[in-house]
Amino acid sequence: MTGALGIYNYWIYVLLMMIGLYGVIAKPNLIKQAIALGLFQTGIFLYYISMAVVDGGTAPVWTTILDGAQKYEGPYDNPLPHVLILTAIVVSVSVLAVALALIINIKRAYGTIEYDEIEAMDQADKRADYQRGQVTDAADDVEHRQEGHHHA
Amino acid sequence: MLDAFEIVPNLPVLVVTVPLIGGVLTIVMGRGKGPWAWATLITGLVFYFTVLLMQQVLAAKTGTISYELGNWPRQWGIEYRVDALNAFILLTVAGVGFVTTLYAQKSVEKEIPQDRHNFFYAVWILAICGLLGITVTGDAFNVYVLLEISSLTVYALIAMGKDMNRQALTASLRYLILGSVGASFILLGIGYLMMVTGTLNMEDMHDRLAALPDAVHNRTVLVAFAFLLVGLGMKMALFPLHMWLPKAYTYAPSAVSALLSATATKVGIYMAFRFLFTIFGVGFSFVAMPANVVLSVAACTGILVTGVTAVRQTNLKRMLAYSSVGQLGYIVAGFSLANVNGVAGSVVHIFNHAVMKGGMFMAAGAIMYRLGRCDLRAVRGLGKRMPLTMAAFVAGGLGLVGFPLTAGFISKWYLVQGALEAPHMWPVAAVVLVGSLLAVAYTWRVVEAAYFQEPEGDSALVTEAPLSMVLPMWILIGASVYFGVSATFTGDISMRAAKSLLGGAP
Repeated sequence: MTGALGIYNYWIYVLLMMIGLYGVIAKPNLIKQAIALGLFQTGIFLYYISMAVVDGGTAPVWTTILDGAQKYEGPYDNPLPHVLILTAIVVSVSVLAVALALIINIKRAYGTIEYDEIEAMDQADKRADYQRGQVTDAADDVEHRQEGHHHA
Repeated sequence: MLDAFEIVPNLPVLVVTVPLIGGVLTIVMGRGKGPWAWATLITGLVFYFTVLLMQQVLAAKTGTISYELGNWPRQWGIEYRVDALNAFILLTVAGVGFVTTLYAQKSVEKEIPQDRHNFFYAVWILAICGLLGITVTGDAFNVYVLLEISSLTVYALIAMGKDMNRQALTASLRYLILGSVGASFILLGIGYLMMVTGTLNMEDMHDRLAALPDAVHNRTVLVAFAFLLVGLGMKMALFPLHMWLPKAYTYAPSAVSALLSATATKVGIYMAFRFLFTIFGVGFSFVAMPANVVLSVAACTGILVTGVTAVRQTNLKRMLAYSSVGQLGYIVAGFSLANVNGVAGSVVHIFNHAVMKGGMFMAAGAIMYRLGRCDLRAVRGLGKRMPLTMAAFVAGGLGLVGFPLTAGFISKWYLVQGALEAPHMWPVAAVVLVGSLLAVAYTWRVVEAAYFQEPEGDSALVTEAPLSMVLPMWILIGASVYFGVSATFTGDISMRAAKSLLGGAP
């Protein structure tokens, strides 16, 4: 296959990444954000693996054919991106593990995993602190307006 | 004795492996002072290694040490490569890491439950390991792996502040998500570069990119460049990609804020040096591509916006966090000038800002230690109650302003010179000066509260922080004053680093 369709795995990689990125930005549920992050990173794995393909290539393993005399001499796919992505998968699993650990702790501390509810509770905390005279900041409103914009 | 263990020839790799193994072993060091003592030992050892490494680099004829892991030639294996620039960054990271470990003992005792101290120091050492690894390696994919080691541990360190304030958890999660997206962009950028060059070694990448007939119009190279620029911007908290930083630094345990402000974003900037200057080269990044315009506009806007925001803060840690984003802006504005003085100012400011801001976060942490909070109201009258801590804060603040005889003055001297030399870049010099005035404003608010107002509530009864906190604080602040008066060492190293980054260009 040639042309734009011939590189369809690259289209899938872009699509996966965009879905992931959208989820990370737009979903208020923290678990959904973690899933979206996983999707985003999976897109990148697909990209690396697609990059390794060589026309007519096969797995880079030396195979002896039947009588043992002949060896397949290639072409082989590039094994390096596969190795790299093994590492990246481990990294992405660790990221997901840390994210889930944090979400469990957030659930324990706040009783919810919806970002907007958590935000409202933090605001209420801040007002309580203000009334106790601990914090005097009008300025934090600026930050929260920016944050609101960012998560919109 | 050193040679018996073959330490000297293996220094570049020991800088990473010693804290990597040491960090994991921390978990079995018991629940008392053991983990802290172990962390001090490991970070002290690593600091000693980086000093030796610096001497080696200064003595080397070519000014570069190349170390091939497992003796694999660099085309196949991983090469660690140390020159004046990363020897200097290694020294900064390991030095500040060691001093903050000394400081951490009391602060951590107060802020983190006893039964988690071994885990805390384990991730603490691993975070330093990751940061040192990014700095020492000459392999682009290795950068990504070590970047994730440092990022994951940093997320955990920030979340450890949850016993003080539950917002540490959300701050950490948000940093995790933005940080992972940033790191993924870096991974993609590296992937596209590998597609074009077929190598992961930074030097080889540079040579092959330079050999490309028309790199400037090569789509793959352009995509790599764009992904890397955004990913690095996220990691070094370049305005407007800094959203994760203020909350993370505010709610992290005090010792962690001090460590991060001094090292984490600095290593992000070091990565930008490597990718923009060493791999793509000045000609591509700053002449053919408009990276200098994009970066300097973002940095200058950042200096002004975060400066104004910092003035309006009442929580000391948040004020320092916003100020950090602004100070990172100076560093980015400096290297985007792409001339010797600008880049040298940028390199020297990495060190100067690390010691100043590290010391100031330690002062804020000392106030936290005594009062459990560090807003402007708590600071009232502390000039008399905690004289050493407040004096350290003010000395650091003068450094941020760029007052003569402080380290900040040296950086700004180089930066302004660089801005005036570069064509049409004079607005950068103006922004540096306005930024300094904003630093005067937010430092002054603290001075006013501490020295000209009467203490109230707990603040009236409080005493000076323990010596084990004040001493490390003053080591960093003292360094910022010492290198402000006598800048020969830092200045020379930065000049050398700048010249090698610019590759002999004027």
